[in-house]
Parts: sequence; structure tokens; C-alpha cells
Amino acid sequence: MSRLDFKTRDRAEKTVEGLYKDLERRIIASPPGLCPVDMASAFLKMCHAQTCGKCVPCRVGLGQLENLIQDVLNTNRGDNEISLDILRLIEKTAQAIYDSADCAIGYEAANMVLKGLNGFREDYEEHVLHRRCAASIMRQRQSVPCIEMCPAGVDVPGYMALARDGRCEDAVRLIRKDNPFPTVCAFICEHPCETRCRRNMVDSAVNIRGLKRFAVDNAKNVPVPKRMPDTGKRVAIIGGGPSGLTAAYYLSLMGHSVKIFEKREQLGGMLRYGIPSYRLPRERLQEDIDAILSTGVEVELNYDMSSEEDANIIRNEFDALYIGIGAHIHKEIGIPGEYSRGVISAVEMLRGIGDGTLPDFEGKDVVVIGGGNVAMDVARTAKRLGAANVNIVYRRRRDDMTALAEEIGGAVAEGCNLMQLMKPSGIEANHDGNVKRLWVKPQIIGTNDTAGRPSPVDADVPEVEIPCQIIISAIGQAIDTAHFEKLGIPVNRGTIKAQSSSGIDGFPGVFAGGDCVTGPSTVIAAVAAGKVAAANIDAYLGYHHEMEVDVEIPEPKLEDKPPCGRVDLKLRLSKDGGGNFEEIEQGMTCQEAEQEASRCLRCDKYGFAAFRGGRTGKW
Amino acid sequence: MVKLIIDGKTIQVPEGTTIMDAAMKLGIKIPHLCYFSGLNEIGACRICAVEVKGKDQLVAACNTAVEEGMEIFTTSPKVRKTRIVNVRLILSDHDCKCATCARCGNCALQDIASDLGIFDNPYRNVAERGKWDSKYPLVKNEAKCIKCMRCIQVCDKIQGMHVWDIIGAGYRTTVGVRNNMTIEEANCTLCGQCVTHCPVGALRARSDMGKMFDAIGDPEKITIVQVAPAVRAAWGESIGLPKEKATMGRLVGALRRLGFDYVFDTNFSADLTIMEEGSEFLERLAHREDYKFPMFTSCCPGWVRFVRSQYPELVPQLSTAKSPQQMFGALTKTYIAQCLGVDPSKVFSVSIMPCMAKKYERTVPDMSSTEYGQDVDMVLTTRELARMVKADQIDPFTVEEAPFDQFFGEGTGAAVIFGATGGVMEAALRSASYLVTGQNPDPDAFRDVRGMDGWKEASYEIQGIPLKVAVASGLANTRRLIEALKRGDVRYDFVEIMACPGGCSGGGGQPIHDGEECAEERGKILYGLDRVADLRFSHENPTVLKVYEEFLEKPLSEKAHHLLHTDYNNWG
Repeated sequence: MSRLDFKTRDRAEKTVEGLYKDLERRIIASPPGLCPVDMASAFLKMCHAQTCGKCVPCRVGLGQLENLIQDVLNTNRGDNEISLDILRLIEKTAQAIYDSADCAIGYEAANMVLKGLNGFREDYEEHVLHRRCAASIMRQRQSVPCIEMCPAGVDVPGYMALARDGRCEDAVRLIRKDNPFPTVCAFICEHPCETRCRRNMVDSAVNIRGLKRFAVDNAKNVPVPKRMPDTGKRVAIIGGGPSGLTAAYYLSLMGHSVKIFEKREQLGGMLRYGIPSYRLPRERLQEDIDAILSTGVEVELNYDMSSEEDANIIRNEFDALYIGIGAHIHKEIGIPGEYSRGVISAVEMLRGIGDGTLPDFEGKDVVVIGGGNVAMDVARTAKRLGAANVNIVYRRRRDDMTALAEEIGGAVAEGCNLMQLMKPSGIEANHDGNVKRLWVKPQIIGTNDTAGRPSPVDADVPEVEIPCQIIISAIGQAIDTAHFEKLGIPVNRGTIKAQSSSGIDGFPGVFAGGDCVTGPSTVIAAVAAGKVAAANIDAYLGYHHEMEVDVEIPEPKLEDKPPCGRVDLKLRLSKDGGGNFEEIEQGMTCQEAEQEASRCLRCDKYGFAAFRGGRTGKW
Repeated sequence: MVKLIIDGKTIQVPEGTTIMDAAMKLGIKIPHLCYFSGLNEIGACRICAVEVKGKDQLVAACNTAVEEGMEIFTTSPKVRKTRIVNVRLILSDHDCKCATCARCGNCALQDIASDLGIFDNPYRNVAERGKWDSKYPLVKNEAKCIKCMRCIQVCDKIQGMHVWDIIGAGYRTTVGVRNNMTIEEANCTLCGQCVTHCPVGALRARSDMGKMFDAIGDPEKITIVQVAPAVRAAWGESIGLPKEKATMGRLVGALRRLGFDYVFDTNFSADLTIMEEGSEFLERLAHREDYKFPMFTSCCPGWVRFVRSQYPELVPQLSTAKSPQQMFGALTKTYIAQCLGVDPSKVFSVSIMPCMAKKYERTVPDMSSTEYGQDVDMVLTTRELARMVKADQIDPFTVEEAPFDQFFGEGTGAAVIFGATGGVMEAALRSASYLVTGQNPDPDAFRDVRGMDGWKEASYEIQGIPLKVAVASGLANTRRLIEALKRGDVRYDFVEIMACPGGCSGGGGQPIHDGEECAEERGKILYGLDRVADLRFSHENPTVLKVYEEFLEKPLSEKAHHLLHTDYNNWG
């Protein structure tokens, strides 16, 4: 033995490292609908294998917890008789391990068990009392992950298979069965479908949104399905954003007569007034809107429903009403000097741009406050409008930002400067009332709040000044609920209170959905809300129109699935800035799309789907 | 100083004091299993976990230092609940067959489980199943191991032998012989310190009691037993006999009650050892150029095993004199049998030792001087002796004191102190001084080599000959001493080594008191016996003189060489 040895990793260590990565990806791809008790037991087994073995609570205790949970799970095997007492024992044991283990290997493993006992106690009890998994699990049992994760339930494997075969028109038709915004989503969907993609078990998720983009880019004009016979029923939609337009599309196809009331000059809601055109070119947005309107939807623009009278007129004239007004008002920053000239809100700025008014930022120093996607959008927009400097001020760390990592990366790549851990404390204006500088208080990141997010606290250093002429606040949007509240529509913490069916308690025939119910969320969530509302409004009106599409989906090809890199879309970033609002993302080539689509494991045909079928043909 | 509150009582303690020690000062005992003061403060069992006001989780009292203003609760509801869960968890990983355990009635785990009123366990028993050759002098029962790590710590820190280590990983982590070796491969010295530091029955010395009773009951066998010096300082401890009652006479009486035919004292052969080893030392000094120095004592078999495996090049510097046990053994089937007029082929030679390594030493091939088997047929530890007394339901309080059998029960104060660190050196110097000068020195002239220091040095001058001596106990201390010798940092003429800290009184075969080191207390008893002894010089032992006169002629004679000295090449 030498005195010291340079550490090299042997083959076994390298292999295990690889297996850790495999497991990480496998956990990411965990199929929906697993038994949480079983998973808790499996996690515990792994935690137990990590113990160093020094301390009793961890070395012995985690194993005994494992035995107890196995006893819970195996009540229907052998002569194992247990009662709910076992849950008390599990809790007591886990608590003692949490309280007395010497390091995190032990106490955090016990904490996972405690969280589970709290979070899915019914599942534990169902096993103990009835020797089975809770019914709630069985509902989403081993569904196709991408379809399950899509709020709108779009047939992802189906349209990817169609795109692979070059049947892009059919792909668009298939998507429209569940989502009338194939093009919009091809550009800006947050793609929850990719989060649990089973391909993660092999290498990484299929680029689903990229393939959707390939389909919409290569599909020629795709007409909408034929409208069903006229029902004579009238439905009013308040708000022409993604959720209202979705509800309008399906209700119109079902044969109802639909009218959209839109406050602004144009349709699209946040798609137009919140998302910059370099991410979603306006002509591409128009493609989807045009298709939706081609079903015969009536539209009234510049309509502001601001009185009880308006509401009564609508309620009397229409058989049903859908509220999808979105979240379009800005939140106040709450610091001195907020009303100085040069301080604007992100929603206002983007709204102006949506209607074609481009502010002049040429050579100006711009500060953006916030860390969400909207903050990144306005920062990059400011760059494109010729701003000399764009500083993004955020009171937490980059890792805590709610913006997607690629959006933050894009902003930085385009020359925006991130100023993390800076809390705005005051705005100083010159004697003309124009913004001169933003004062910020440096922060340090601190302990987690109750939601598990680290909270910033003031650092022991003086405030810092950031000279600027423009301050854009992007700290979130609120919902203009005032009128509806007056009408008695229930409002809870600033959002309209609707059921999961989108109906509103005590208001038969009135439905609501989208951002105004959930708070600011994603396009696909708004689409899903519109779809749900359409189905339930149809039912409320006394019908059961079913949406389906006659597209035959290609059978999977019999082929090996060797690990293969994911094709990412190339970005064309605006480095030089200055008026470049062209789209920044480039679609896939045919070669890329063919390969990427071939990565799909076709969970709609293999595994559980071979037994129960991988798709819902109609709704 | 740090001020804190424990269970409502305020106390001030020096900075760095652990919660455990601070509580102790208040008379508050915090239960524990793995903790061993100064040796093992690793917070593994979590039984000592206590609540600190304002803290979400409990902390281990054994290795958490106090802080100013701390408020500690040692019996809060959370502490109580957690303690019971953790004891139950330990019990679930333990072979709880207490009735058939060597440590039944002297087990830290049994005590705490009983104290806490744990009469059932909701957890499945997951105790390990091990494989161990139970014929080996050191026996490990993996199913009883609670992974307190004390054995690893004592072997690492006190003995520096690293026999035990953590083996396995994850939840299969356990204690085993290092690098997946067998115990035979690991150069274990058989000192038995791991046994005396084990809180439960996971480590024990092989029990030879059954065979001993068989021999006693065999009418064809004449049992001759010798009792080592250190045994008399401890034998009463595990049978509830207070120090003042645990006399040598009562021990002899008990041995007679057990049925031994002749009861003798190893003190006799300890005095003989001094004559041989002292003479050998003077001989080596007289021919300095022919020998390497220092000369090392050889009466501790743990030390001999150590030097043979760790420093084989030093073996020639070991005294060739056999240990007192083996000198007694060599005479038992020869001279002693002759004196007693018994057939040596029927003699069953037994020694009672504070030591586990002696069970090995008796088996060494060179320890067979006659055609009647090994010189010593059976070695019992102090613990086995006590157990035999219990087995025969002998009430030690009513045992009548009895004298040793004639002649070979004679021993001097110099022999008694063999049982304490420095005792062999002191006894040897007393007689060497006499042998050189022809006059007895003050018997306490060499008292500088007494005491619990792990490495002691002293310089003397005997008739113009300057002598530098050293005494070490504990094998880690020994290794330090040898390394210093090899580097030339120190130079000695004569070195006494005892494998166990404090010498044989702290031997691996002695009674076990969990969490306590008893060598010092027992050593004091031995020095007390020396102080009041009529004879305090080995060369004055009348039986020793008689043996030389009638049988061995003189120290280092040819016969003495044959019977009382060993050739380390023949140790197998």
C-alpha cells in the first residue's frame, strides 16, 4: 500500500454510476397509476441499501419498515393477518428513525415514509382493510404515459406514427379531435407529454412537440370536420383565448350556435397578447384561429362585459355560457416609485405589441423584474426592440425561476443579464418623473418555505442601484374577477371557482375554465378546460355528441430500439438584437423527423395497451 | 465553562463536555449501548438520543458537546418513545436466546430491554446467521452482534491490530475479520480485549467447562490445577463476592469443592520464571556483544503472538524462558508428579488464567516436554472458574478457606505482581539486583515501573551497571515503543510487554463489567498482597530453591533449558 493513492474508478464503479443514471431516468418515466404504497416500499429498499450501517435506526429500522410495508402489501398472500394497528407501528417506527438517525441517509428515508403515510393514507388503509389497491389508482392504471400526461389527452403516439409515415394532414386531423390548436401547441406547448415518456427508460424522451411541429409545417390546408346537424341551441363564450376558442370549436362542430365575446381588438388571448411573435409567429396563430372560426363561430370583438345588464342580456339570449377570460391584469410590485414614467407591466407591453404597437427601447437600459416565462419573453423582446442593456432582476436564484430552463438559457444567450438574489426595494425618478434607477436589496437564499421552495432573505450588504430608463414588471398576472363577483359568481383567492366539470355551483348553464379558474397556466391546460366545458355544456343542453376522427393509425414497425440521441430543434437566437421578431426555432428535416418518430416505443400498442387498447377513439 | 439545563437542573461544565458526561455529573444516567468512554463515542445505537429544546430531531448524548443555554430532556415523551423503538430494533437484529448466552445476566442489551419493560417485539427477527469455527479460542456469534463497533475500536485504537473491521455494505454491514479474512489469517493475538469490551454475547472465549468437569469426574485422571496471580484479584467479581471475602484461601476452598485433586499456585512458577529469565538477562548482559538488546519478556502469549507476526526479526530478543503457566506445566508431569508420587500419564494439568491467549499457548507444539501430551491439558479463564462455581451451586460465602497443597503453593510478593503491568520487570530487577550484588535491595526500590501508563521507562544502576528498562502494556503502545526502538529514538536493555492494557489484571479472560476498565483496581489488590507478603523476592521462594536443589541444579542448567525454556522455532 502506498501512502496515498490516486483514485480511479474501476469497471464496477463505472457500471454502477451508469445504473444510477438509468434509475434516475426510469423514475422520471415512472408510469402513471402505480400503487404508491408499493413505490414507497421500493424506494425504501433502495434507501436501505444506501445505509452505511453504523446506526441502528437506519441499518435495522429501515429494513423493519420495509418488512412492515411489505406486510401491508401482502395481506392477500399467505396467512398474514393485520389490522390498522400496523399503520400506527409504521408511523411510530418511521418517526423514531426520523428523530434519532444520525444522518440524512436514515432520517430522510424515514421522512419519505412519513410523507407517504400522510399523503396516501387511503391507499395504505385500502390495503390493510380490503387487501387491494385503492380504486383511484385503477382509473389511470398503466395508461399510455404521453396521452395520460397531456391535459387534453391528445393521441400522441398516433400522430407521431402518422408523421413518421409522412401523413401530416392525418396527424393534424387526429390532433384536432382533442385539441384545435395543433399549430400553436407545435410552437409553444410546454409538452407535459414528454415528462413521463417511456423512452426515458432507454435514453431520453421523444421530442414530441418537435414532431408535432413537423406535422403542422408539412400539412397542407386541412379542413375541419363536418359540422353536425344544427341543434338550435346558443352558447355564449366570454373571452376569445385558447380555452374559449377550444370550447367554441367543439360546441360549434356539435351543431350548437356559438358566439364569442372578446374584449380586445383581436382573438387569441394570451397567445396573441402574451406570447411574443418570435416564439409564435402571428400568421401561424391565425392558421388555428381560422380553422376554428371555419366551423361557423360568430365573434364580437371589442366587447367589454362590464355591467349586470350585459350579463343578463347574454344569459337570456343564450342557453349556456362559458367564462374563459384568462388572467390579464398585472400585479403591483408594491415598492416606492412604482408609478414613475418608464415603469410598465409585462402584460401591458405585450398587449400593445399584440396589437402592433412596438415601444421604442432603442439604446435604453431596461430592467425586467421577475423569473417566469413572461419575464424571459419581455426581456428578449426588449432586446429585439433595441435595448442597450437588459437586466433581469429576480429575488431568488436561477434554479428557483419558474421559467423553463430553455427560456432562461435563451434570454442569457441573447445577451440579457441575470441578476439573481436581488429584491427590488425602490424606484427613483428624476425631476421630470422619469425612471432613473432601480434600487435592489441583495438577498441570500434561505430555508425552504412550506411548499418546499427556498425563501430568500436580506443579505447583510447595502442596497445596490441599477441605472435604467425602463422597468418592466413581470411578477405574475391576476384575473379581473370584479364583474363576475358582483353577479354572485363564486371567487376564491382571485380565481373563479368552478368544478372539475367546469360547471359553477348555483349557476346552471354557466361554466368557466382556463387561467381565470386555475390562475396563470399553460396553453394546453386552457385547451383541456375548453374541451371539458364543451363536453359538459353539450350534456347540459341535453345532447351526447361524440367527437371522433376516421384516421387509421399505422401499426408499429417490428424493429429494434437501440439507444439513440434525441433530435432537438435548432434555435436561431437574436444576438445582435434590433427588430428581429422572426421565429427562432427551426423545425425538423424529414430525415430528422423519421428518426425521431422511430424512437417512439408505441406504448399505445405494446405493454398494457395490447390488452386494453392504447387510445380513446372518441369523447 | 458552559451553563445548561438538563431535566430542569442547571449545571456548569467545561466547554467540550458531552451531554452524557454533563448529565452524569448531575446524577442523571442516560442509557447507552455502543458508547464506551474514551474509546467508542460514535452514536451508533442511538439509545442515548435526547431532546434538545428547539431542535426538531433528537441528538446523541454520547458525542454531542454541550452548548451555552442548552435545555435538554432525557426522558421526554419523544425520547422515551424513540428509545423503545430503537431497543426493539436492536433486539430484532439480535439472537435473543438469552438463556443460552454466555452473557446472560451480564448483558447491557438484556438490562436495558428489561429496564424498559420490553416483553414483546413487533419487528420480525432479522438476526444475521454466521459461520464461525467454535473450536477457536475466540468465538464470535454474528447473530448476537449489535454492531456497536467497540471490538473494532479496541482492536484498532488500543491494540493496533485491526483484526476487526466493518465488512459488507448497506444494511448488510456487519462486523467481521478485516478484508474478508478468516480469524486464523488475521494475526489475532487472542488478547481477548474485544471480548471484554463486547456489551453482549457476540464475542466470547471458547468454553472448556464441560471438558473440565469430565476430567474431574474421570477416576483415572488426577487433576492438578494452578491459579495465576491476576485471578485472585478478580475471581469473586462475577459471583458476587466482595473483595475482602474473595481471598486466595476461599478460592482454594472452592477449587477443592469442585473436585480438583491438587491445588497449586502459578506464583511458584512465576518465581521460577524470574530465576530463569533474570539469569538469562544477566547472562546476555555479560555477553553483550553476542546479543541484541533489549531483551523482551516472554510470559504474555498475546505479546509473543504479536511479535511473531508483526516483528519476526525481534523474536531472538525474546527471553527464551517459558511463561509461568508453561513452566508449571513442564514440571507438573515430571518433578511434581514425582514428588506427589503419582503416575504422570494420569495427570491432567489445568491452569486458571485471566487470559484467552493462554488457551492457545498450551497448544504450542514446543509445550510438550514429556510423552504424556501437552504440559498443560486445560486452560480455564477466570470467567469459566466463576461459572463452574455457579454450576455446582457452591455458595462462595460459605466456602471454607483452605491452604494450597504442599510446596507448589508457595509464591512470593514478587510473583503476585506478575498480574499487573510492570510487575514482571519489578520482580526481575529485585532478583537480578540480588544475583549481581548478593544482597537484597529495598523491595520497593523499583516501584517506578508501576502504574497505568501505557509506556513507562526507568533507569537503574546495579553495581555500576547502568540499566535502562521499559514497560509497555497494550499492543498499540507496544508498537509505538518498538517503532521508537527501531528508529533509534530510545534504547533499552530490558523491556516488559503485556498485551492487555494494565497487564493480566485487565486480561481478556477476566470478569466483564460493561463500560468499565478494571485493570487498575485489580492491580492495586495485587500490589497490596505484595506489600504484606512475608517473602518479596523470587529467589527466596523455598520451593524454587528446593526444585533447583533436587531437580534442576541451577538456573539455565541443561535440564532447566530443556524444561523451562522454549525454542520459538518450534512454535508451529
